[in-house]
Amino acid sequence: MTAAPAPAGGLRTRPLRGSGAPGASRAGQGRAGWAFATPQAVLIGLFVLIPILMAFWVSLTDWRGRGSPFSGSVGFVGFDNYAAILTEPGLARQDFMTALRNNAWYVLLVVPLQTAIALGLALVLNSRIRAKGFFRTAFYFPTVTSSVAISLVFIFLFTGGGAVNALLGVFGIDGPNWFSDSRGLLHLVGDGLGLWDSANPPAALTSGGPAGLTWWDWLSGPSIALAALILLVVWTSAGGYMLMFLAALQDVPADVREAAVMDGANRWQRFRAVTLPALRPTLFLVTTLGLIGTWQVFDQVYLISQGNPAKTTLTPAYLSYTSAFEVGQWGRAAAMSFVLFAIIVVLTTLQRFLMRDKDAAAERKAARAAARRRTSTTFFHADR
Amino acid sequence: MRSPIRRSAQAAVAVATLSLAAACGGGFDDGAQQQESGSASLTMLIASSGDAETQAVQEQVDAYEQQSGNTVEVQVAADLSQELAQGFAGGNPPDVFYLDASRLADQADAGNLFPYVDQVDDADDFYPNLLDAFTYQGTQYCLPKDFSTLALEINDAAWSAAGLTEADYPTTWDQLASVAQRLTTGGQTGLVVNATRDRVGAFMVEGGGWFLSEDGSEVTADSPENLEALQYLQTNLQSGSFSFPGDVDAGDGVEALGTGKAAMTIEGNWLVGGMANDYPDVGYTVVPLPEGPGGPGTLSFTNCLAVASDSDAQDAAVDLATYLTGGDAMTALTQDTGVLPSRQSLADAYLEQFPEREAYIAGADYAQGPVNAPGVEPVLQDFDSQLGSVETGDPAEILQSTQTNLEQAIGG
Repeated sequence: MTAAPAPAGGLRTRPLRGSGAPGASRAGQGRAGWAFATPQAVLIGLFVLIPILMAFWVSLTDWRGRGSPFSGSVGFVGFDNYAAILTEPGLARQDFMTALRNNAWYVLLVVPLQTAIALGLALVLNSRIRAKGFFRTAFYFPTVTSSVAISLVFIFLFTGGGAVNALLGVFGIDGPNWFSDSRGLLHLVGDGLGLWDSANPPAALTSGGPAGLTWWDWLSGPSIALAALILLVVWTSAGGYMLMFLAALQDVPADVREAAVMDGANRWQRFRAVTLPALRPTLFLVTTLGLIGTWQVFDQVYLISQGNPAKTTLTPAYLSYTSAFEVGQWGRAAAMSFVLFAIIVVLTTLQRFLMRDKDAAAERKAARAAARRRTSTTFFHADR
Repeated sequence: MRSPIRRSAQAAVAVATLSLAAACGGGFDDGAQQQESGSASLTMLIASSGDAETQAVQEQVDAYEQQSGNTVEVQVAADLSQELAQGFAGGNPPDVFYLDASRLADQADAGNLFPYVDQVDDADDFYPNLLDAFTYQGTQYCLPKDFSTLALEINDAAWSAAGLTEADYPTTWDQLASVAQRLTTGGQTGLVVNATRDRVGAFMVEGGGWFLSEDGSEVTADSPENLEALQYLQTNLQSGSFSFPGDVDAGDGVEALGTGKAAMTIEGNWLVGGMANDYPDVGYTVVPLPEGPGGPGTLSFTNCLAVASDSDAQDAAVDLATYLTGGDAMTALTQDTGVLPSRQSLADAYLEQFPEREAYIAGADYAQGPVNAPGVEPVLQDFDSQLGSVETGDPAEILQSTQTNLEQAIGG
């Protein structure tokens, strides 16, 4: 970097490898590149691409889990499995939509909460406090602990007579029996504010709604059981994301921060205008990983609630598992996972769009506009 | 710039083809080639409640190996249905495996099972309604290795504390409701029963109803008999003398009875082992479930020893299954495991040994097996989840939606 002289007049210097003609050397490089990439490409093809294609095929069949899904005896049903969970009225669609509803509330609460808490913890740990190493380990600990162990601990913490309710009891609150309480949080909040009566919901909300569930069902909020799962997951994962933020925080350029101090920016302004923009790539990474992980939540449901109570902790991943392994509806289960895949792709793309660097995008746009202007009045081509 | 793109496309195709060839090279469509003669090697997949049960099975299998010359590998599944599914999908299922009656129709319908009961001479020694539970579309598939039924378990201390005597053991719904009310005091609920078809279904049978008609051809979930059963449950839940385990902070009926949160519960004979392990000091009495308007009723739960249709040693597999369901092996296997022998000829000897389990055995004659139709599991799970809110819900609505969903599942 430092020693290379700047190319004069904007002319690019081509790095020369070997002495043959440029075209032949390029072909040789291509071959070598493919030779090096082949093992990886084969592995990815074998263990990622082909299985995905196979699963997609299964989602188009009525395979019952016996023998090969590619044998002649397996019936091709087109998009029937997708129709059963998306458009046809019936229990299959109702279950899938209930699972989507639960997971949507779950994502809506877990992703912002875990991101905010991770960022908060990282900021605290990045300041000058004592026993930094201890706190860093303490916060990170839940992330590296097996989710099975944590789930078991939470089952005991959140039973009706468990530690959480004992703690609530100190403040005179009679806690619920968390993992068997199917009441929706929004329903309860509405009750508390006097907006409606859960025992007798407003007819406008119960009379209809999209995709087989009533508006009243869609707007129930997470059940108390799901809320307990949300607490568990936020507590578990915040520590891991904290570490990512911490690493990024240590990369925030000190000179910019100093310049901000010199400019008289207060603490909040420095955070808002210097730290947060510098953290944007990490923020994007954390929310994306969070979004993908939370849409695929499975192990906590499998271990703690199995979709109960009243299906309020049912998630698409868990429903897909039971549909395949317990009920034997493999095609429908595969269709569910592809719908879930589509949801994740769409939401991640949307999130990428929302979190794009607006300044950089504006700059690029301006540069393109400038380039267009230039081509119309070209008088100098140094490069081509 | 054109050639690298074209080349990468070629490479991708090549990789895909290669991998596909590698993945499918084994060939999925190999038919089950029967081992011709000599000694066969078998695998048997079982579910086990613990080391004691595994040990008991292993001992019987050892005896079978001695007698037959075949070798048997016993595998204990952590998640039986999942491991079975893997076996079937891979075309290499275990030769013999435990199969719950509630899963029979799905497996038989998928063609996974080899029916062997017609090869057995003394099949009529088994309780007929247990054999029915393993009959799908007129074919008897496999022999039940044992069974369990539901009964009413009563906490003795709570019973006498309420001033009740042996003469007061309930035999009708009205009596059950009234003793439950008398037994409900402070932290103790009269009757705690799981909110599932596997317990509440007993009330439906006692009421004279069930999900399907007797021959299994018709859906009868939305019947006045079932409605009466659910309304009976609802009334008593509302009055507080019945409760679901979740509402009294217990995992199930056994825990509720053991911890004194329930004075009575409805569970099967597995309760005997659970109480002995976890609550050895709690005295209790087992009586048959009270009769409803439709007469006596209980539910049965049973596993059979199924033989896979893809087994490559079917004859030996049938031989093993028959051996393990034979009188001697069954006597040994039902010794300490808390399950009941499924052969009628063994009932007397069993009762001599365990007289306190009479109420469970008595249920065998009229017990209703699980819903025997393919594809109904999601519907019944939905029924269970709706049962949880039956106290404030509308029983008629629950039955109507179950009727619609069952008709759809069985019809389609």
